[in-house]
Amino acid sequence: MWLTSSSIGRKVVMSVTGACLVLFLTFHMAMNLVYVYDVMVGTPCGEHYYDKVCEFLGTNWYALLGTAGLAALAVFHIIYAFVLTAQNFKARGKDRYAVSGKQPVHWAAKNMLVLGIIIVCGLAIHFYHFWYNMMFAELVEMEGQFGPAEGFNWITYQFSCPITVGIYVVWFAALWYHLTHGIWSSMQTLGLNGKVWLNRWICISYVWATIIVLGFVAVMLAAMFATPGCGAAACCGAC
Amino acid sequence: MGKEQFLNVNVKVWRQRGPKEKGEFKTYRVEHVSTEMSFFEMMDTLNEQLINKHEEPIVFDHDCREGICGTCSLYINGRPHGIDDAITTCQLHMRKFSNEATITVEPWRSAGFPIIRDLMVDRSAFDKIQQAGGYTSINCGAAQDANAILISKVDADEAMDSASCIGCGACVAACKNGSAMLFVSAKVSQFALLPQGKVEAARRAKAMVAKMDELGFGNCTNTRACEMECPKSVKISNIARLNREFIKAKLAD
Amino acid sequence: MATEHIMAPELSKIPEGKLAEKWTNYKAHQKLVNPANKRKLDIIVVGSGLAGGAAAATLGEMGFKVKCFCIQDSPRRAHSIAAQGGINAAKNYQNDGDSVYRLFYDTIKGGDYRAREANVYRLAEVSNNIIDQCVAQGVPFAREYGGTLANRSFGGAQVSRTFYAKGQTGQQLLLGAYSSLNRQIQKGNVTMYARQEMLDVVLIKDSEGVERARGIITRNLVTGKLERHSAHAVIVATGGYGNAYFLSTNAMSCNGGAAIQIYHKGAMFANPCYAQIHPTCIPVHGDIQSKLTLMSESLRNDGRIWVPKKLEDAQKLQRGEIRGHQIPEEDRDYYLERRYPAFGNLVPRDVASRAAKERCDKGFGVNSTGLAVFLDFSDAIKRLGKDVVADKYGNLFQMYQKITDDNPYETPMMIYPAIHYTMGGIWVDYELQTSVKGLFCAGEANFSDHGANRLGASALMQGLADGYFVLPYTIQNYLADQIQVPRFSTDLPEFAEAEKDVQNKINKIMAVQGSRTVDSIHKELGHIMWEHVGMGRTKAGLEEGLKKLKAIRETFWKEVYVPGKADTLNVELDKAIRLLDFIEIGELMARDALHREESCGGHFREEHQTPEGEAKRDDANFMYVGCWKYMGEGKEPELYKEMLNYQEIKVQTRNYKN
Repeated sequence: MWLTSSSIGRKVVMSVTGACLVLFLTFHMAMNLVYVYDVMVGTPCGEHYYDKVCEFLGTNWYALLGTAGLAALAVFHIIYAFVLTAQNFKARGKDRYAVSGKQPVHWAAKNMLVLGIIIVCGLAIHFYHFWYNMMFAELVEMEGQFGPAEGFNWITYQFSCPITVGIYVVWFAALWYHLTHGIWSSMQTLGLNGKVWLNRWICISYVWATIIVLGFVAVMLAAMFATPGCGAAACCGAC
Repeated sequence: MGKEQFLNVNVKVWRQRGPKEKGEFKTYRVEHVSTEMSFFEMMDTLNEQLINKHEEPIVFDHDCREGICGTCSLYINGRPHGIDDAITTCQLHMRKFSNEATITVEPWRSAGFPIIRDLMVDRSAFDKIQQAGGYTSINCGAAQDANAILISKVDADEAMDSASCIGCGACVAACKNGSAMLFVSAKVSQFALLPQGKVEAARRAKAMVAKMDELGFGNCTNTRACEMECPKSVKISNIARLNREFIKAKLAD
Repeated sequence: MATEHIMAPELSKIPEGKLAEKWTNYKAHQKLVNPANKRKLDIIVVGSGLAGGAAAATLGEMGFKVKCFCIQDSPRRAHSIAAQGGINAAKNYQNDGDSVYRLFYDTIKGGDYRAREANVYRLAEVSNNIIDQCVAQGVPFAREYGGTLANRSFGGAQVSRTFYAKGQTGQQLLLGAYSSLNRQIQKGNVTMYARQEMLDVVLIKDSEGVERARGIITRNLVTGKLERHSAHAVIVATGGYGNAYFLSTNAMSCNGGAAIQIYHKGAMFANPCYAQIHPTCIPVHGDIQSKLTLMSESLRNDGRIWVPKKLEDAQKLQRGEIRGHQIPEEDRDYYLERRYPAFGNLVPRDVASRAAKERCDKGFGVNSTGLAVFLDFSDAIKRLGKDVVADKYGNLFQMYQKITDDNPYETPMMIYPAIHYTMGGIWVDYELQTSVKGLFCAGEANFSDHGANRLGASALMQGLADGYFVLPYTIQNYLADQIQVPRFSTDLPEFAEAEKDVQNKINKIMAVQGSRTVDSIHKELGHIMWEHVGMGRTKAGLEEGLKKLKAIRETFWKEVYVPGKADTLNVELDKAIRLLDFIEIGELMARDALHREESCGGHFREEHQTPEGEAKRDDANFMYVGCWKYMGEGKEPELYKEMLNYQEIKVQTRNYKN
């Protein structure tokens, strides 16, 4: 199977899974912007559009299927990242250069695995903060601080903690760097690139990565100004 | 001509007797080096010094000394072919160094290029990749009139840019993944752009990539270090074309 | 004086019939080998450049079993790769009146009427097939917007017949041959031996007592081991011997070793004194210089060559007090335009080189060594604009700037002639067979097509003609008689003896253990060659040179020091073996130059010039190929003259003045 046995095939898997994850992130960010709208409009207790979105994306078959698909994409993306890196390390040879390369290589391009690991760590925390308390809670009918569809309150609650905010800032930065290389790189690997499109794709990568990350940052900032919903605690209690 | 000056330099060179033996750096001092000299002329001077002391000279590959044969292959101060853009090692001049500089000279390092001795490496893997499919299958005498195939100037020029690869291996040497994609893609691109080569484009892309993988070169992660160091400025748009050709070929299987 | 013989005309094997029909007739009547028998025949090809690489690939395609050897780490690195300008062909795509005859005529005239008519006509004939073949291989020649092939003009011709691929024509043509070669390696018809140097040819007597070339002894340059290889025929295509001068535009490893080895085994060496000195090279900068860099002849299309009119200006330039662009127009001497109004800066290479030397000898040189003239683009920049000039010559200007740190857009380039190509070489007949049976020689290594001077863009043409279209036919005429001969074992006593001779020579070199490096002796040889067998030769100078060459040989055997061991990778040993051969070539060149009491093409005897300083040929006494036959160590070689008969061409004095 060429997707596993050839170098370009393996890279195609990275590209396709990566590109799909980028699309998901874009969707995720767009969905989260509803939260920002809620904060800006400042609706009173209980009436949040964001909660409606959360309710819509509950444990329906399509949401579950989407989640499973996403998980598969992420797993492939991560496993292949490690496999490729190991192969590339071996291809470099046993002896390394005494003076490391002086080429002005894009920093992210050299550190995709490290950035990826940071992103996975951030993802774990993010899952604990949100997915575990929302979708998972709904699946197992777990009793939480808020109901599974009370997305607005969850966000407001989690970002009221400065440590969480700090972790998310690092996470977003890593994500941004990862995307600035990843987006154009996936197009290059799929062969959808050329002399003219190279710079266009790189530009698109930066713009796209920035929009995604700014969208998430906006959510985080909005959370700081949000009025907690009914019954919400002012702080997560960690500080 | 720029003002001639004279330098004293310390050359830190990788010495290794054979492929399986352990290597180490040795530092040599070369004095009164003219800034008009090429880097290799400085190395010649150093070798003369060593021979006169009855030591064995440093072995390195070089031949045409005008930047076209692709034989020379030194990694100098952290860059394949040394500290300048779009040159081969033989086009590097001593005016690029300062007095009392320490110059670190290493061989190409990659699993695909085992060391033969000192700074000389074995790049026969490149020949093997070309043998796998880097040609058009036409016998001598079977060709039609040269002007019978019209080729747009744009395509011909682009094919020429791809074909200008000299097979030196700087792309592999610069790549943190030891990937040979720029080299392979240059040849695949040249033929993919020309009608003469299109006939076997799919077969060629598959065969050359398979051979490249078999010989232990790494996977491309698009860092672009290769094109930054390519003495002939071969671009990564070639890699995109190779990817395209390869994926197309595989999907058609 | 050397013993002289006149060669029997039939030895050249020139086919009967009219000039234009000779090659067709030859092919129609030659013997061929059937496909089943081709598989049983082995051919050794030494060298993988345009001639060797093309021959190995084509013979492989035909079904012969080929073993190809090169000293580089890959066949793609042969020095053919360095040719910049282009390749000639009589396609007449420009509709400017070109024809096979005109290309033939220009080549004979350019060679100063010292080339064999039948060979040159064949070369012009197959030139068109070469372009077809290369295009089919995917060589990216330059094209017009309409999609047809583009051409440019070169020195010595009045038509535009040069095909080119940017400034890298040699590279692209070689990569074309290399790709065909790779295809045959993949198919198993060609076995490639890289980093292997031929050190002797093995001759074996057949049942009738005729010695035939049946194999070679090589040294594996990585392991240092000697190896034996057998075959039914051997082709030597190892290029020229310009590195006898130490400084030349040749690559560092170019050598005349194989030529000297087969000369020792009976192949005659023809016209060794014809060496081409290219007028536009970057001048020498110092003692440690290892190599000279050529700037393409195409620069002379728009560049103007000059030196100062006043000696005091030249002296100021030499002391570095002023720079070229500060000298006013009226004080400049555009000496080529002055002397040769019709061709101006585009006179053939030999003429341009001698004119530069003449000015520098008079003290008008423009750099610190006094050995340089200006090549000035200020007029072209004024006339065409900087952009147009940059578009045409940008990569060459950049190359110049990298080497000299001077900007040619602002200050004139400095150039000086340098050894570039050797027209002389191993004598071959019409079939490219040497005077040894079964031993063939192709490309720059043979003497065949350029006479006393080669025109630009003709070397690539000849190499590929020999390799693709001539040898694959003519070698069959020989091999057709060999189909009953089984493959040879390398355990035969002839192989053992040849290997022993090579081993003894190596041991002898290693045993000297003197105090001088190989390069230091080679540089000394180079100085002697340039001084005495260079651009302007005299009887006294050549005699003096021969004495010095004898002395340098003694120096070698007394003082050379080769470090390390012989049976391992040893670069100094490789160079020492080649140096010995260069010394012998130097002697041959000097001897040949001394005997040729005329000036023609690349060979200029100062005694034989017109009052205006032009070359004076002596057709009555010297219209022949001078072939030298080896008579044994320490003995003088004997001269065999192959008389040249021109049937279709009127022999004239070359005139580039009007």
